[in-house]
Amino acid sequence: MPTVAPLDLEGHVVSTHFLGDIPFFATAAGTIHRLDGGEKVTEAHQGLLTCIRDPFSATLISGGEDGKVLRIGHDGTTTVLAEVPRKWISVVAGGPQNAVAYAVGKSSIVRQNDGSVKEFTEERSVEGIAFAGKGLRIAAARYNGVSLHWVGTNAPAADLDWKGAHTGVTFSPDGRFLVTTMQENALHGWKLDGKAGENRHMRMTGYPAKVKSLSWSVKGKWLASSGAPAAIVWPFSSKDGPMGKAPMELGTRANIMVTQVAFHPAEEVLAIGFIDGMILGVRIADEKEALLRRPGKGAITGMSWSASGKLLAFSSEAGDCGVIDISA
Amino acid sequence: MTDQTTEAPAAKPIPVTVLTGYLGAGKTTLLNRILSESHGKKYAVIVNEFGEIGIDNDLIVESDEEIYEMNNGCVCCTVRGDLIRVVEGLMRRPGRFDGIIVETTGLADPVPVAQTFFMDDDVRAKTELDAVIALVDAKHLPLRLKDSREAEDQIAFADVVVVNKTDLVTPEELAVIEEIVRAINPTARIHKTTRSGVDLARVLDQGAFNLERALENDPHFLEHGHEDHVCGPDCDHDHGHHHHDHHHDHDHTCGPDCGHDHGHDHGHHHHSPGAVAAIHDITVKSISLRGGEMNPDRFFPWIQKITQTEGPNILRLKGIIAFAGDEERYVVQGVHMIVEGDHQRPWKDGEKRESRLVFIGRNLDFAKIEQSFLACQATAKTPA
Repeated sequence: MPTVAPLDLEGHVVSTHFLGDIPFFATAAGTIHRLDGGEKVTEAHQGLLTCIRDPFSATLISGGEDGKVLRIGHDGTTTVLAEVPRKWISVVAGGPQNAVAYAVGKSSIVRQNDGSVKEFTEERSVEGIAFAGKGLRIAAARYNGVSLHWVGTNAPAADLDWKGAHTGVTFSPDGRFLVTTMQENALHGWKLDGKAGENRHMRMTGYPAKVKSLSWSVKGKWLASSGAPAAIVWPFSSKDGPMGKAPMELGTRANIMVTQVAFHPAEEVLAIGFIDGMILGVRIADEKEALLRRPGKGAITGMSWSASGKLLAFSSEAGDCGVIDISA
Repeated sequence: MTDQTTEAPAAKPIPVTVLTGYLGAGKTTLLNRILSESHGKKYAVIVNEFGEIGIDNDLIVESDEEIYEMNNGCVCCTVRGDLIRVVEGLMRRPGRFDGIIVETTGLADPVPVAQTFFMDDDVRAKTELDAVIALVDAKHLPLRLKDSREAEDQIAFADVVVVNKTDLVTPEELAVIEEIVRAINPTARIHKTTRSGVDLARVLDQGAFNLERALENDPHFLEHGHEDHVCGPDCDHDHGHHHHDHHHDHDHTCGPDCGHDHGHDHGHHHHSPGAVAAIHDITVKSISLRGGEMNPDRFFPWIQKITQTEGPNILRLKGIIAFAGDEERYVVQGVHMIVEGDHQRPWKDGEKRESRLVFIGRNLDFAKIEQSFLACQATAKTPA
């Protein structure tokens, strides 16, 4: 049994992320707690709505009820990147060359490292933003599809249309696929490298609940998702992605919903967090399960692996967080 | 700090009040009162624009109205996407407030707002629609109804209608306004006021949308000519929220302005516009159906079918159903195609076991609805 070092915080904890070997926990109240030779606290927001790990740098990016977008360093220092009075910032994304993007109403706003700002306006509210892995390009999830914008040009957006409300978006690590979460209980995917006229759509349906957590495996062979009483893991290794293929269902529990999924940074091992606070580790190859944490006080809201892959941090909506050492 | 704020967040759903009303009806004034008067409660307010709310409060959230059609082929299955996101954020720190108020724009359709609290599982798990309030400008209502369907929809959909600015009209004009409101919505509670001065206890924490609670609070709801009940400022009608008192209906005292009809009447009412039609065309109509004990094997397929086929035309439906051989009252309510029902409580001794159902909507074939409703009765002959 792996050992769990608990960290009990006050109230709902929105997410947890490792920067190197230091775990960070972001509370809805707006504090950032890090375990760096003892617990250290940064007052970041008056109400925090989102906190992500910048995939392109060793920093966190957060947005709050105070209309601020912050970058948070490994030592807890915060830099205000934007402030939009009276607006809630619940969508942020990190891009290459220290670029960040955030959504305000119907706009995606990209702020580059030199402080220059570019705004891309959609017809409907922007619900999710992701940067492509290469080039300075963003995808903005919105009602009835996704808009792709090159930040450096004024070219019109490339529109990926699919009826319904798209609430989040992610590029596959190799950039060949784009997947959205939807208001209905489904994912939608597009094959980005398809030939003209080719059917580029991937419908991924059958979830009993909304999908709120997605995680790509190392090298992007698999996409794991929450929204069911098991982690639903779609195969993306072939050139057509999961089209015509059934997903794997890992860590199935009778009627206990999966709320978070997080792939290991090096191995094809998936951490699965449940609504009752339990966490399982499952190896893709043989579907072997290991109990990493027993049920706790509330739903798992976030999980993050350390760079070494030996530690797994988790956050919960009831505040009972912790770090699991799987090397023990 | 009260006990309630230290309870586990999931313990009690947070009540949500939806505030509708045409431009100039007095919503901002009412909101300012809710935010500034001392009533011992804190509210988070979701508005479209801060506009004239002159009160600094970190629980006022500006949100862009964003209507999403659900991808299920049903045009009336709409939700407010922005509300889902804001409510999720608010509910992460529920100890900050006792309730949520959603202010809609003057032209807003109240339906997507209400349906959000039924169709989104996350929102539904943590909140409960308390009441839809419509503010009406007594002076300008006839004009509004002429030029917009939204004004009529807001009244038709409301649980509580506040007729505001009554000092700007004559008593005769006010009587006509009341008649219009009643013609559009026979089940709403009506309060008359000036300068949005309605008693906040008549607007907040009503438990009016949930029919089970509405019935607990007002046992005469859907009963004995409720359509004639208009509560004026002098009416002491106790809707009994919070201080639930089993005897409160016996203490019911109506002031001189209260036209509460204590008589019992039977049969159904077509709430046809009648004299009101002389002023404008009301397109929303309602029917109150009354029948005996129902056969569940007929009633459920019937209500399912009627809401599937007529859903877009049905704004609200509410009813109490007596099923043959069932010891408990069954309450049913709906918005467009969404229908919900549950057992409420055992029938009391001596209580007449009858079924009552009100439909409010447009282009509904009332004769056909009534005929098919009555055919669901346990005593009805099986249709040939």
